[in-house]
Amino acid sequence: MTIRPGRIAVHIALVLYTILALGPIFLILINAFKTRRAIFADPLGLPNAQTLTTIGFDRVFANSDFGLYFFNSLTVTVVSLVLIVLIGAMAAWALTEYRFRGSTILSLYLAIGIMVPIRLGSVSILRMMVELNLVNTLTALILVYVAQGLPLAILILGEFIQQIPKDLRDAARCDGVSEYRIFFSIILPLISPAIATVAVFTMVPVWNDLWFPLILAPGDGKQTITLGVQQFIGQYVTDWNAVLASLTLAIAPVLVLYLLFSRYLVRGLTAGAVK
Amino acid sequence: MADVSLHGVAKSFGATEILRDINLSVEDGEFVVFVGPSGCGKSTLLRIIAGLETVSGGEIRIDKKRVNELPPADRKIAMVFQSYALYPHMNVYKNMAFGLKFAKTDKAEADRRVRQAAEILKLTPLLDRKPRELSGGQRQRVAIGRAIVRNPSVFLFDEPLSNLDAALRVNTRLEIAKLHRDLGATMIYVTHDQVEAMTLASKIVVLNQGRIEQVGAPLELYRSPRNLFVAGFIGSPRMNFIKGQVLRAEGSRVTIGFAGTEAALDVRPGSVKPGDPVTVGIRPEHMEAGGTDSTSLRGTIDAVEQLGESSYVYMRLASGDDVIVRAPGETEATPGGTYIAHVPSRALHVFDASGLSVLPDRS
Ligand SMILES: Nc1ncnc2c1ncn2[C@@H]1O[C@H](COP(=O)(O)OP(=O)(O)O)[C@@H](O)[C@H]1O
Ligand SMILES: [Mg+2]
Repeated sequence: MTIRPGRIAVHIALVLYTILALGPIFLILINAFKTRRAIFADPLGLPNAQTLTTIGFDRVFANSDFGLYFFNSLTVTVVSLVLIVLIGAMAAWALTEYRFRGSTILSLYLAIGIMVPIRLGSVSILRMMVELNLVNTLTALILVYVAQGLPLAILILGEFIQQIPKDLRDAARCDGVSEYRIFFSIILPLISPAIATVAVFTMVPVWNDLWFPLILAPGDGKQTITLGVQQFIGQYVTDWNAVLASLTLAIAPVLVLYLLFSRYLVRGLTAGAVK
Repeated sequence: MADVSLHGVAKSFGATEILRDINLSVEDGEFVVFVGPSGCGKSTLLRIIAGLETVSGGEIRIDKKRVNELPPADRKIAMVFQSYALYPHMNVYKNMAFGLKFAKTDKAEADRRVRQAAEILKLTPLLDRKPRELSGGQRQRVAIGRAIVRNPSVFLFDEPLSNLDAALRVNTRLEIAKLHRDLGATMIYVTHDQVEAMTLASKIVVLNQGRIEQVGAPLELYRSPRNLFVAGFIGSPRMNFIKGQVLRAEGSRVTIGFAGTEAALDVRPGSVKPGDPVTVGIRPEHMEAGGTDSTSLRGTIDAVEQLGESSYVYMRLASGDDVIVRAPGETEATPGGTYIAHVPSRALHVFDASGLSVLPDRS
């Protein structure tokens, strides 16, 4: 077997990219378990017997409502995710399957959402939330994230739905399956790889967002974890142990969700559907 | 059990007219085959009957009741798709039982029907498999099984064999014929393959460019094609066509000159007059008959195909027409040589300038 130079180049590129992507995470992880002195003296070193400490974690749990922030973040992320996937898939199905007056205009309108960053509307959004009495609620965040995530979700899911053979829906219609059932029993299972993709793409920015929690829910115990971490970063002193520890804790759930979804990412479920 | 009838059915997609003025009646228990070249509207017509496509005009009746407004599930039909359209994430059993869940069939009855269909189609050992773990032929049988369990009055098949290899195709064809005998249900079957049409149908509907060219029993179409299109479409290899002219006419008896020879035969009175250009049709298998009442065609041999039990001689006549002749298996014909084919005049077909047959009804 000969190894083609092209393949080697690709692999080198991938390895470099992996190092680049994982490096910072690795740094956070190792430094979270080191003393402050060790963090600055030898930032790249692994923790050893002298430098190993969990003081950062202790301080995070003692000095902040870490559990609460964590729970807020999780709620916002999971609820947003479920809504984006569900509404997105339904909208994508409707826009690809049914031809109705204005469907093209509606698709275009939704596509614009991909190009216009939602942050441009921050001021109006804040004003609207004030009017609606939603400031300092998780609902405000969820609404914004759903609006932010939907356009791309509809685009990606629509592409996948289009690839599902039309005969499959027709067969179900001959079988007397209602349109809702077709969506839930046939379309949704078949686009699960796409749903996993959408989930990963929407989950990470939502979990990591600092902007909207800062504007819309900065208090009242509705802070998300990214906001919670900020309390250790001061203008004059920064508690690096606590910052790194809380970051480590913040990475964990996204990692778990990612692993959960990535199983489906590559799975080609439609194999064997037709022909 | 039910009959199906179409009255003035028309269909357009946007501005393009796909089907126009289709009138057809399918008797209860009949096996009707829609045949025609690709793109002529066969699938569209079948989907209209199924209720998957709306009509732009006309009426569809199933069991003598207008069904234009009924959804597919309420038409007592079941459809088998060319792509099989099995639900990829369900196993064979669930694929067959899925539709029954929504037809409010009780569980025990649904189970009985699925197992019975599996038995008929030899799918019992495969009930737990997913579609992707099945061969093409097995998938096809599951698709048929899914139709059977619905207990439909009318089965609709859209080119069900076109994704199978040749041997399997013959097998499945026989199975479908047997299924029709056993179930006695009305079946409407779409294909572009005239052999499938000839072997399966009790009635063939030849479609071309959205119109019905002719309806009839297989042999009827073979013996008395109504026009050039049907004549060329039914039969393999296809009928030879030679340009000719009406030389003389005495009542219904006319003499036609073609390829440097002539033949006398009876036509429909008044259909042609001396001087009219005509097209003469001769099937390859009707030549080489000899006999007293025959015309002979002489030409140079271009190629010879030996099939064992017979051979096909491709020859070019002096008039420039190309003709295929079915010769015996041990023919001495060789490319470059001369070949003489005899044609009994009762095997001739004659079509007028507009392509319509001028022969009297033979059926
Ligand atoms: N949904 C559709 N929209 C527009 N044109 C269509 C549609 N479905 C079929 N057609 C056209 O109708 C014609 C007949 O199609 P079809 O019935 O599938 O032909 P067949 O099954 O005889 O090959 C084709 O020219 C095809 O392009
Ligand atoms: Mg077709």
